[in-house]
Amino acid sequence: MTTLDSSKEIQKNNSEVNETHEDFRMFGLITFLIADGMTFAGFFAAYLTYKAVNPLPDGAIYELELPIPTLNTILLLISSATFHKAGKALLKDKNSDSQKWLFFTAFLGIIFLICQLFEYFHLPFGLTDNLFASTFYALTGFHGLHVTLGTLMILIIAWQSRINGGRLNSQNMFPLEAVELYWHFVDGIWVILFIILYLL
Amino acid sequence: MTISIDPQKTNNKSLQPKGWLRYFSFSLDHKVIGIQYLVCGFLFYLIGGTLASAIRIELASPMSDFMPRDVYNQVLTLHGTIMIFLWIVPVVNGAFGNYLIPFYVGARDMAFPRLNAVAFWLIPPSGLMLVSSYFVDGAAQAGWTAYPPLSITTPQSGQIIWILSVLLLGGSSIFGGINFIATIIKLRRPGLKLMQLPMYCWAMLGTSLLVVLSTPVLAGTLILLSFDIIANTGFFNPVLGGNVVVYQHLFWFYSHPAVYIMVLPAFGLVSEILPVHARKPLFGYTTMVFSIMGIVVLGLVVWAHHMFTSGTPPWMRLFFTIATAFIAVPTGIKFFNWVATLWGGKISINSAMLFSCGFIINFVFGGITGVALAQVPFDIHVHDTYFVVAHFHYIVYGGTVFIIFSSIYHWFPKVTGKMLDEKLGVLHFIITFIGFNLCFAPQHWLGLNGMPRRVAEYDPQFQFVNQISSLGALLMAISTIPFLINVFLSVRNGKNAGDNPWNALTPEWLTSSPPPVENWEGEAPLVKEPYGYGKKIS
Repeated sequence: MTTLDSSKEIQKNNSEVNETHEDFRMFGLITFLIADGMTFAGFFAAYLTYKAVNPLPDGAIYELELPIPTLNTILLLISSATFHKAGKALLKDKNSDSQKWLFFTAFLGIIFLICQLFEYFHLPFGLTDNLFASTFYALTGFHGLHVTLGTLMILIIAWQSRINGGRLNSQNMFPLEAVELYWHFVDGIWVILFIILYLL
Repeated sequence: MTISIDPQKTNNKSLQPKGWLRYFSFSLDHKVIGIQYLVCGFLFYLIGGTLASAIRIELASPMSDFMPRDVYNQVLTLHGTIMIFLWIVPVVNGAFGNYLIPFYVGARDMAFPRLNAVAFWLIPPSGLMLVSSYFVDGAAQAGWTAYPPLSITTPQSGQIIWILSVLLLGGSSIFGGINFIATIIKLRRPGLKLMQLPMYCWAMLGTSLLVVLSTPVLAGTLILLSFDIIANTGFFNPVLGGNVVVYQHLFWFYSHPAVYIMVLPAFGLVSEILPVHARKPLFGYTTMVFSIMGIVVLGLVVWAHHMFTSGTPPWMRLFFTIATAFIAVPTGIKFFNWVATLWGGKISINSAMLFSCGFIINFVFGGITGVALAQVPFDIHVHDTYFVVAHFHYIVYGGTVFIIFSSIYHWFPKVTGKMLDEKLGVLHFIITFIGFNLCFAPQHWLGLNGMPRRVAEYDPQFQFVNQISSLGALLMAISTIPFLINVFLSVRNGKNAGDNPWNALTPEWLTSSPPPVENWEGEAPLVKEPYGYGKKIS
């Protein structure tokens, strides 16, 4: 299939003029994250409605242990801070520092996922046991998918920032800023999820 | 931060496909993508129309003799899904939005051209997938609403393919919405204020907000539904302790705004067409803008009026009845503004104008039955009867599809540089208008007398009225023939249109027909008064 590049076309009629416009990729990303947040909002609304109007049958097991998810919350909050550090370092053109912070963030994300899986394997209920179990796995699973994607993206930008003057540098911060915003978003969703699912 | 384009790096014309081939390529030109949306949508309209004809043939007799009952259910489901997700939503948003919005904001393309192309190319595969599900193990049978427990108990493969394809189409819709919001808010040419934009921009801004806020909820709901079907979870399965009403709430949280996603852009388009052919400024620009935004806000909080018979508690019935009745206010303002735009104008009676006037007449009918349906006592009486079918066809066909045809007659000269034949156009309008009203007006009576919808068989006492309705459907099917002949003849040897055959003032007419790849030779014009008819052009 032939591709047609708009930036090529922009120059078709007036190739002498070097046209510029504002970068609104971040604006687009924020709009997308609002949409993504609405998906979670739908899940949360469903969960809370179930909690309010659908009593579980007698003998249904729905106990959750708090230590692992609390640890996970702390891990994600720390990872948000380390990601911020990576951005600061990149802004000062300290690429190797930035890369270290990124790898550390990705490491925290992986630990989070491992803890999550550990919790899954040790819970006393399975996906289809009861309504609470199904909603629990759907919510945490959908969030876990977001963490997985985020971790992969962090690893990609960490790889891209490995050389000075490479694809990611203080002049081109957008990939890092975009993934950072996404990561903070995923953290924020986790905090809400933690409060609604575990504490409430 | 700004993005600059380096001419040395990017000036490579050899990669651009030429002629009609570009319509089959991953083109990033917003005009090409707009036409791709329109033609693709129209092909699906023909498929959905064929299915509708099959439904009306079946209903011409009280027994299910034309097709088996389960095939009737599949045809019904595919008809609804195709018409909504593959014809109206992509065409009235994607096609006209992509073609017109960059002109209206004075840009050379959409804000994210690649995302735009991706959004379009999600549609053909998901549409083909949906249609082909009929040949796998039978298509989905649970209607376009896919209410559980019906959607859980009917054959699985068709329902799962249906979910996948609606998820893809929803994704396409969200990408489109993000693009429109960014283009309208961020890509306006310097000096152009929001309140100087043509009305279609406002309509698309409101629509895109609804798309971004509500479509993801449908996606989440359908994911949960697919878990119920594949993994035996019990989210919406009462046998396993689930709750079907939660599905209905989540579904209608998307699907009521979806009504506005289908009809708001049509409001915008008719606001562009009427002033041009009546040679008068659009009446009440500011009230139009506030009405659109009012409809957006109210449209998000009225969904449960679809669920008055679902055991909804009284306080909910009260709230949603009142909220729905409130929507009649901004809609009424828009209706009276259109009538006032026509009042005392120098009206030219051409196909575009006829279809727009047809829209106004049909829409006020559909609007009145809509307010009636929002009243709980009345709704409980006619819920799930043909009254509802008549009501929403008056909105989506009598409203939006009429405007799609009106817009085709209006913008065809711009897109192709050729005029459409007026005689064939008027013939198209007359057959469509008579056929449409003959088909759907009797269904109000059927519904009031208790004929349930979505059932292949009915009480023989309704046969005569159903046959009148089927006759109307036949006329609607015939009406596409003069239209198709018209388009094919005019593309080949229509009268040359010139750049601005209607003497319109909106920016898309200030360039050549068809427009060049980057919309304008040189700088984009600054149009501060898109509706300044009757004023001296300085």
